[in-house]
Amino acid sequence: MRRALLAIAPAVALLLAACGSSSGGSSSSSSSASGSTSASATCSPGSLQTIQSGALTVATGDPAYPPWVVDNKPESGKGFEAAVAYAVAKKLGYTDAQVKWIRTGFDEVIKPGPKNFDFNIQQFSINDQRKKAVDFSSGYYDLTQAVVSYEGSPIAKATTVAELKNAKLGAAVGTTSLTAIQNVIAPATQPSVFNSNADAVTALKNKQIDGLVVDLPTAFYLAGAEIPKGTIVGQLPNTADQKEQLGLLLAKNSPLTSCVTQAVDALRADGTLASLQDQWLAQQGAPVLGS
Amino acid sequence: MTPDPTSSGGPPPGAAPEAWTPSEIALGRAASRRSLDRRRILVATVSSVVVIGGLVAFVVTAPGWPVVQQTFFDLDYARQVFPGILSLFKVDLLLVAIAAVCIALLSMLVALVRTTRAPATAPFRIIATVYVDLFRGIPLLLVLYLIGFGVPALGLTWLPTSTYVLGTAAIVLTYSAYVAEVIRSGILSIHPSQRAAARSLGLSQGQTMRHVVLPQALRRVVPPLLNDFVSLLKDISLVSVIGVYEAVRQAQIYNNESYNYTPYVVAAVLFLIITIPLTRFTDRVLARSIARQNAQGTA
Repeated sequence: MRRALLAIAPAVALLLAACGSSSGGSSSSSSSASGSTSASATCSPGSLQTIQSGALTVATGDPAYPPWVVDNKPESGKGFEAAVAYAVAKKLGYTDAQVKWIRTGFDEVIKPGPKNFDFNIQQFSINDQRKKAVDFSSGYYDLTQAVVSYEGSPIAKATTVAELKNAKLGAAVGTTSLTAIQNVIAPATQPSVFNSNADAVTALKNKQIDGLVVDLPTAFYLAGAEIPKGTIVGQLPNTADQKEQLGLLLAKNSPLTSCVTQAVDALRADGTLASLQDQWLAQQGAPVLGS
Repeated sequence: MTPDPTSSGGPPPGAAPEAWTPSEIALGRAASRRSLDRRRILVATVSSVVVIGGLVAFVVTAPGWPVVQQTFFDLDYARQVFPGILSLFKVDLLLVAIAAVCIALLSMLVALVRTTRAPATAPFRIIATVYVDLFRGIPLLLVLYLIGFGVPALGLTWLPTSTYVLGTAAIVLTYSAYVAEVIRSGILSIHPSQRAAARSLGLSQGQTMRHVVLPQALRRVVPPLLNDFVSLLKDISLVSVIGVYEAVRQAQIYNNESYNYTPYVVAAVLFLIITIPLTRFTDRVLARSIARQNAQGTA
């Protein structure tokens, strides 16, 4: 117990130091997502307190998967998240050459502690639990629901929601995916409801169900890595969930949070996010299904 | 509670054949018996009201009762979810009906195999014993996953992949192991002299089992069998883990939408409507069988 306390002490000290310095610094350090208009003057490479001055250090997963990052090369700017990262950098005033990529794990960066990146982008969904340990920008992507199936299944070639009416669909209990089946598809037969996505995936592998509804990031992962000959039938229309969004992850009380949030909001407002979504998600194997 | 004329105050022998009237003593006994009965009923009523009312008052006056009432016993919400749960309760009942028939057949077979003594049936005895040991020991949940997801993964196209069929099969396999042991214990409880008597009358082994041992054995195990049936009715909803859409799962989905546990209570009430009469029936059967057994000595 004592040893554990000793181990935590430096981390606490660091946190306190970080809080102290940021509150003593400029007013732009406020972690509120609203972001004041006057702060825009300070959101430039000259004034931003980045890890490495004059550069923006961006982290992603190792390896990073398509469609989020193509070929595990975020430097290319190909893939949805790589493109979003460069778009945010550009809004903040950095050139592509000033963006430096590093790699981190997923779980370790959601925990409290100092970070070696300015922001991290690897499908972090924003929630209050995580906000206690880290900062998030506003959401750059609203999770939509998607249907996963396997090549040769009765619904693999479906292009409209109507074609899914007679399919045997599955989802995990208590998820927005199940609600989407009932509300958006309203299938003729009762959906198969499972305790977890793992059970639902097993049933799909066994071909006991024709398709499985999950959120889009999970759909890409399942179709690519878990399900043999897995394929994404498409995104369900009108299931963009304002409550569940992916956000850029920053260190707790990072001086950059409000600037990054402003950049993301601006990209959403000018339609950049929507067009990147279309280019890197919808056109890369997850078309939005017609009604 | 009519007075018994033979035991108390009948007409003295040789008296005139006038209409019989109970004696003073008989009337007094009857009156005191009646008053005793009234006292017993009164005491039972008062004690029931005090104990049960006390328990209810204890719960209802607890500081958190309004919260509990709202989250578990919300009548309006119950009315709202009742039709949805009821329509899926039929799935449970159908699966129980099919499972019960299959369990009866399989468990009888296993029990008979385990009680045979012929050397030639040794391998079957070993298989039956291993089966019972395994399926009584493995948690039903794992059996459901193994049968429900494992069997289709074998990729044998002639096997069913329907989770309804496989879920019921898993329940049948587990319950048959239990029920086979109940039936076997019934068979073993029949005294060897019954077999000996039947054999000496010229009945074959099979006839002895069919006409002498089994009828007595099954009668003895009816109460534990009904017990298992009630338990089966409650366990059937476990098949929902492999994707069968049934009443308890529907209750869970409602619960996930509303964070209110009333739907579970609604489902529980539906189960009670079936199980309480069954339990009372079990009690009656048990009481009858005890009465019959006790009467055997004197008849």
